[in-house]
Amino acid sequence: MLSAGLIALIPLLPIFCFVLIALVGKHAFPKFCGMLGTLSILGSFVLSVVVAFQYFFQVGKVNGVYQQLIPIKFEWLQFSPNVSIDMGILLDPISVMMILVVTFISLMVHIYSLGYMKGEERYATYYGFLGLFTFSMLGLVLSSNIFQIYIFWELVGVSSYLLIGFYFDRPSAVAAAKKAFIVTRFADLGFLIGILILAFYSGTLDFQTLITRLTTPTDQLNAITSASFMGMSALMWGLVLVFIGGAGKSAMFPLHIWLPDAMEGPTPVSALIHAATMVVAGVFLVARLFPIYSLSCPSALDVVAYVGIFSSFFAAIIACTQTDIKRVLAYSTMSQIGYMMFALGVSGYGGEHGLGYMASMFHLFTHAMFKALLFLGAGAVIHYVHSNEMKDMGGLRKLMPVTHITFLVACLAIAGIPPFAGFFSKEEILQAAFQSNKLIYVVAVVTAAITAFYMFRLYFSIFWNKSLTPALSKGEGDGHVHHSEGTVSMLMPLVILGALSLIAGFVPFGKLVTSDGKELLTEFHIGFSVAPVLLAAAGIWLAYSFYKKENARPQNMVDSMKRLYKNAYNKFYVDEIYLFITKKVIFNLIGRPAAWFDRNVVDGTMNMIATITEKTSYSIKALQSGKLQQYSIYFFSGVIGFVLLFIYLWK
Amino acid sequence: MSIDFLILMKSEMSLTLIIFILLSLKVFTNDKNHVALLNLTNILLAANFVFGFFFNASGELFNGMFHTNNVIALEKNILNLGTLIVSLQAFDWLKNHKHLLEFYVLLLTTLLGMDFMISSGNFLMFFLGLELSSIPLAALANLDLEKRKSSEAAMKMILSSAFASCITLFGISLLYGTTGTLNFAEMPKHLTGSELQLFSFIFIFTGFAFKLSAVPFHLWTADVYEGAPVPVTSYLSVISKGSIVFIFISVLFTLFRSFEGMWYNMLYLTIVLTITIGNLFAIRQNNIKRFLAFSSIAQVGYILLGLSSGTGAGATSAIYFLIVYTFSNLGAFGVIALVSAHAGKEEITDYKGFYANNPTLSWVLTISLFSLAGIPPTAGFFGKMFLVTAGAGKGNYVLVTIAVMNMVVSLYYYLRIVRSIFMDKNETPIAKLKGSNSIKLALAVCMIGVVVTGFATGLFENINTLIGK
Repeated sequence: MLSAGLIALIPLLPIFCFVLIALVGKHAFPKFCGMLGTLSILGSFVLSVVVAFQYFFQVGKVNGVYQQLIPIKFEWLQFSPNVSIDMGILLDPISVMMILVVTFISLMVHIYSLGYMKGEERYATYYGFLGLFTFSMLGLVLSSNIFQIYIFWELVGVSSYLLIGFYFDRPSAVAAAKKAFIVTRFADLGFLIGILILAFYSGTLDFQTLITRLTTPTDQLNAITSASFMGMSALMWGLVLVFIGGAGKSAMFPLHIWLPDAMEGPTPVSALIHAATMVVAGVFLVARLFPIYSLSCPSALDVVAYVGIFSSFFAAIIACTQTDIKRVLAYSTMSQIGYMMFALGVSGYGGEHGLGYMASMFHLFTHAMFKALLFLGAGAVIHYVHSNEMKDMGGLRKLMPVTHITFLVACLAIAGIPPFAGFFSKEEILQAAFQSNKLIYVVAVVTAAITAFYMFRLYFSIFWNKSLTPALSKGEGDGHVHHSEGTVSMLMPLVILGALSLIAGFVPFGKLVTSDGKELLTEFHIGFSVAPVLLAAAGIWLAYSFYKKENARPQNMVDSMKRLYKNAYNKFYVDEIYLFITKKVIFNLIGRPAAWFDRNVVDGTMNMIATITEKTSYSIKALQSGKLQQYSIYFFSGVIGFVLLFIYLWK
Repeated sequence: MSIDFLILMKSEMSLTLIIFILLSLKVFTNDKNHVALLNLTNILLAANFVFGFFFNASGELFNGMFHTNNVIALEKNILNLGTLIVSLQAFDWLKNHKHLLEFYVLLLTTLLGMDFMISSGNFLMFFLGLELSSIPLAALANLDLEKRKSSEAAMKMILSSAFASCITLFGISLLYGTTGTLNFAEMPKHLTGSELQLFSFIFIFTGFAFKLSAVPFHLWTADVYEGAPVPVTSYLSVISKGSIVFIFISVLFTLFRSFEGMWYNMLYLTIVLTITIGNLFAIRQNNIKRFLAFSSIAQVGYILLGLSSGTGAGATSAIYFLIVYTFSNLGAFGVIALVSAHAGKEEITDYKGFYANNPTLSWVLTISLFSLAGIPPTAGFFGKMFLVTAGAGKGNYVLVTIAVMNMVVSLYYYLRIVRSIFMDKNETPIAKLKGSNSIKLALAVCMIGVVVTGFATGLFENINTLIGK
């Protein structure tokens, strides 16, 4: 096994890079910062591969069970002899899988950005932020302590804020960054309260101890399940609040509203943060605490399942109506994360029942590949067309052959067509749902069909549909001359990710990542797969007939379902509901009275203290006369006063 | 003479040795080379400070008259460090002073007195230590020979000290009369709580209150602080206060434990008066030394708040706070000493626009003041937090509320100076000051202390375990 120091380098390399760029690089060698960032992340990636190889194939498995290893741990803040906040690194199948995904996607995005962000004014800053984000994300997945994860959770939020608002001269980007930060911050409040509840009852913040204490019958478990508040046990509250934190980061309904707006950030950032890594942090969090959810409080897991499936379906419907390609992808991300969530929600712990857990992690893994690919592909298209709108695109397949093929691969993968990566993970999820909850299964299959439809709507609208607009075909749209579809650094990640989207499904995931660390043999039923695949194919066919060539069918469809379309197009007015609640209800009913209270009572008290202080201070000035005799009299009166008070009056 | 004697009294021994070295320098050399002398003294003091960490043992001498242990050794180290910093800061002032060696001989004599006082196990020893530490201080206050204010300060100090000593001694003699012993270990057995004993306890208590400048026994403080030379003022406000707090802890906690009900009430009243009056006067001051005098009165109130808990945590928080307070107050005094020695200015209005020419010094002063005000993340915040937490342990929330509200008030006057430094316009701000390396070193030590003691959470734990033993 690698030494602890080298493992620590995985998260530390990017932060060193961030510090170096922020302090020196930005001024001294701005052009080279991109290369520097890429090299540092390459280092992290290589180390991650080595660690993953050693963990999975050499040291991680003891008696057929993957162990949790803690190569580094030191006490950071000690509260009491038993409770302390530690900083450490926890290696187990999911964290090792996550560092692999994070460093790999981050590497791809770093390479891609060398071309995409070239010539940007704040090029160096951009790479600095990317380094900060990668550090935070790696720290998050490697955390050995629930408070440590919270710290990195917030750091991830901050770096996401910085990157969404990267183009800070655009008001919409600033608003989006603020929105993302506030909404997730709001959810994090739930997370924090959840942590405090769990820590209060279990008396520890350490993951391993926490899980042991809250899954085996102990005093702590008794205490936390017997204490109840508003009809729910303290454990249920704690877990649901932690899930709210996760739902905020993972854009689950109704906390999803920040994700579509977050697409204001540079597209590679969307690929890294808002598709592949940060947004799955919520899934990771639930997976991290999964034994507690599953063994001690299945009803909290039901909440996870229903929120997941609803978000998945809800987002899929909206995605069908959006015209901004990045927004379509954003909603599809939300939908796919919903898949991962409900897969966890329907899963049990250990053995056969743990299929959902394994499937969820598997989908997280494959999704990271093809969703990053979709975003990077979309980035290439946007780079070429200088627009996010579908109506400005069409017929690009000849001009952008590499993008076209890789995008198609990614679409097939997300639609769940065999043998692409998404097919395998989705099948596992559907099987898990089928075994435990038929309602969720039905909705999930329908969602899969809708997914296929909107993804191919996107694909056909970009690459087929219209013939080329004259400006584009000449390659002289708004003054830019396009010689090719992008630099090598932009195309290389596309090709690599495309290849992986093809083969990632063949990874024997059941042998590596399972809920209890034991091997899980997955059975593959051809018969079971027929229905979902056929439905997905139907979705693709529908999209083909609507969008392959420009025709009136989509419009007819819209006309026939006018109301539904309008609602979905406006994202079911969730944003407006929030606005109503915040502006009308919170501002008027709580904000204004609170402001009044603040001005008149809080400030009033402070002002009163000030006035009284000032006045008294004047009036007692005479005490300090400078005359020694007087001082002695005061002294002596003090003594006499003390004697009178404490011996005769106040005894 | 056994080896025990040397080891247990090693701190006193090393101080005496330094005093004799300096005296013989005075007698046998013509002390013209001030810089060399100052450097030599500082090196000796630094060696003394380092030496304080080694060969520490517990035990007692002279039938319990003198005793020492690890906590006392730590307390002496704190005083040694404070004295070293004060000495480094005095460099610029002493460089041109005629009576440089006298300054050190007197200063170290008071330190010796404090060491004896902290280690005392008997009222006689305690009183000797107390007097040894106060009489030379009056002479030190007079060391700005050409200034009338300095003489006035000395006069006021010696007279009020004498007055306070009288009362203390009266208390001690009454106590001796009723218990028949002066020994700290022996005495608690004879404390019956009779009115005469309570009477004498109050006298002794007021003696301490006088030394600590607790209200209403504080009136000498401002005049003396203002008149005395800046290094003497900083020594008075930090080291002298600290030593009294240390012995006060053991007098209250072990000797008069049976009177806890009474001294808690006495402390309650004293704390409220001290914090409030200290703050009210601090607001009005124009002279920066006078201002710091009143602010240090208020700070003492917080220390007493920690002590009022009567627990080990209270003692720990008081000692921890004194470490923090040493760094923060000496940080502020260092800047003031520098300004006073080079520009001769001591009014708060003189500091307007100080930032324009002296950005580094401005930050040092600001951080010190922040720490004094207890603004996180400076160490002062943690110090105050521990004191207030310890004080709250008794469950007297009225007292804690008053203390916390006073923190708000203190914030105002500390920030007023910060505002003067950074924001107020001044036609003729203080010119760029070039301090000696010695003073810079002292300021650096203070700054590091202010930052590090706050974050080194282990420090508090360490003191706590020391006291627990």
